Formats: sequence, structure tokens, C-alpha cells
Amino acid sequence: MRRLGYKPHALIEALHTVQETFGYIDEDALKYLSRALRIPLSQVYGVATFYHYFSMKPQGKHTCVVCMGTACYIKGTGQILNNLENAYSIKAGETTPDGGLSLLTARCLGACGIAPAVVLDGVVIGHADPAHFNARVEEKLKQ
Amino acid sequence: MSPNVRVKTLKIDGKDVSAREDQTILSVARENDIFIPTLCQMDGLTSVGACRLCLVEIKGSAKLQAACVTEVQEGMEVVTDSERLHSYRKMLIELLFVARNHICSVCVSNGHCELQSLAQRLGITHIHFPFRYPKLAVDLSHDRFGMDNNRCIRCGRCVRVCDEIEGAHTWDLMGRGDASQIVCDLNQPWGSSETCTSCGKCVHVCPTGALFEKGKSSSEMSKRQEFLPYLTLMRGDHNE
Repeated sequence: MRRLGYKPHALIEALHTVQETFGYIDEDALKYLSRALRIPLSQVYGVATFYHYFSMKPQGKHTCVVCMGTACYIKGTGQILNNLENAYSIKAGETTPDGGLSLLTARCLGACGIAPAVVLDGVVIGHADPAHFNARVEEKLKQ
Repeated sequence: MSPNVRVKTLKIDGKDVSAREDQTILSVARENDIFIPTLCQMDGLTSVGACRLCLVEIKGSAKLQAACVTEVQEGMEVVTDSERLHSYRKMLIELLFVARNHICSVCVSNGHCELQSLAQRLGITHIHFPFRYPKLAVDLSHDRFGMDNNRCIRCGRCVRVCDEIEGAHTWDLMGRGDASQIVCDLNQPWGSSETCTSCGKCVHVCPTGALFEKGKSSSEMSKRQEFLPYLTLMRGDHNE
């Protein structure tokens, strides 16, 4: 924040830093930012909830981002997501109770050429096979 | 008015009118008794063009412009009411009705609601979209006021009055699109807010029954908005 000069317009940059450092943005961080940058609490909260990139809850150890773009959806990411939701009894945007897996969706990864695409722990997996994808996630969780 | 403000002449609905160069189409139209429906605009607060009800046609431009944020230009020809605009405005109001719960008969603002009176004025008798009725929380934690998200049309008046006039900025909008809603500080109960000064300005600028005073029946819950032009006049700053 010092680098950004404690200016109110540094809010989004600062939120990015918090997100990248802690993996999520908690209430204390929001309060701290609000004081340091002299921005009203509600405005900080509003900005943090507006952008999908910012997460208000701790993420699981592993994250799985399923692309919901048109190409990927047609190629079967809907089924992948369904399978995962059923297997781990969580909905998109949630984390398993043991903190093992966070299931997220993206509007479009911009990788329509390799549809259906899923990002597992930051690695893009192209041509994901709906039938065998659960096993792949399970393998990852065991690591 | 400073002495070197220039005057512009334009046509609104075929009528020749003159305006200061910094005036918006909406304020000129009002001065000339031309009705343009609005919900989010309020004299004394910054205009944000959020409700889109004041959309007008401008000759030579294919796009519709929000009259509350469009400044006048020399020779402009504005149409404030046409078949097309009327159908859009009706659609907008209908969409506001279906987005949340706007059942007037069980609302504290019944009879004093700007959404209701605008719907009546525009002749809305039926809603052509399916109602959604999301189940949203009602916040009654404040001593004197209550907040019902189900009645909110997200015009942002409370946010602006709290920020610009009271200077507390307790309210803001969270989320985006249909999921957006008014939040108090860190989405906490109103009563637990440390920034709220309990001035009640937000309650009185709210066009619907989303913000209300506790313990009032619907016939008593009329909103007093005269304070706003007075406060802005006395402070003599940014807004006209």
C-alpha cells in the first residue's frame, strides 16, 4: 500500500494483494484496508463482492475451476460440474467441509479451442473427459 | 449563476426552450413542465443514470440517452415521449416489479411509493413477466428504522444521500447484476453499524418501502424529502 501511496484509488490493487497473499479476503483485511486507504467500509465491501476474482471465504487446499463458456458447456463441462457437485456434495462456489476442494466456475477461460477446459490447481486441462474427470480430481486430492 | 455561463437553445417535444449550458435535459424539461419519469434521480444528489426511466430520444442519434445525465447541446431536438419510449419505460417498471417482492397491499409505503405512483401514471395494469420473489432478509436490528431488501429497487439514493449529504457512507451496493443489494458497512446488521449516525436521511429518500421507520402504519409512512434541497442550498456546493 505504501507503494500505491495510500490513495483511495489503490483499493483494487490492494485487494488483489490481499487475495494473492492470503488466498481470500476476510473481514479484518477489509477493515484494515478501509482505514488505511480512508474508504468507507461499505464501499470496500461493495467492490470486493463485485469482482468474482475476490473471495471472501478461505479456499480449499485444491481448487477446481470449471469453464462454463458456451464451447466448454456444449462439450460437457455441465456434466463435469454436475458429477463433481454430486461426488463432493457441494455446489459451485463452495468448499468441501474438510477444506480439501473448492469448486468454482468461470464464464470463459478463453481456451475454447481445447474445450471442455477445467483448471485444476492452476493447471489448465484441455479436452477433459466428463466420464473420468472425477477420478482425476480424486487423485489430486490424495496428493 | 456565474456571469459567463452561456445559453443554449434546443427543442424538447417540438417546443423551443433555452437552457444554461451546464443543465441536463431533465432539469430543462422540468423547468418547462415537461414530464420525464425518474426513480433514481433526486435534486440535491448526483445523478447516476441507474434506473434508465428518463431515457429520451435525441434526433440524429440512434442511441437513447438518460436525460438526467445528458447535458444540453445547441440545436438538440429531444423527444421525451413516444410509442417506443413508453413501451420501454413500462417494461422497465414491470421488470422492477418482478425482480423482488413489490406487493403493494402488504407494503408499509402503500400510497406513498414512487414506484407505485409511477406505475399508475404510466398506466401499468398487468405484468408480463414471471415473478421471481427471491427470499431476502429483512433487517430490523436498528432502533428506529428497518430495511427490507425485498422492496428495494437498487436506485442507490440512500447510498448517495449517506455519502454526499450525511458524509457517513454507511450504505453501499454489493455484488453485481440481479444479485446486487444494499449493504450496511460490512454486510452487517444495521443496528450494529459503527458508521451510521441514525440521521434517517436514507429512509426519507427511499422511493419505496425498502427503508422505513419502525412502528408506523402505511398511512403514516410518508417520506419527507424537503430537507434535501434545503441542505444542498445551505451548503451551496456541487449540485444545483
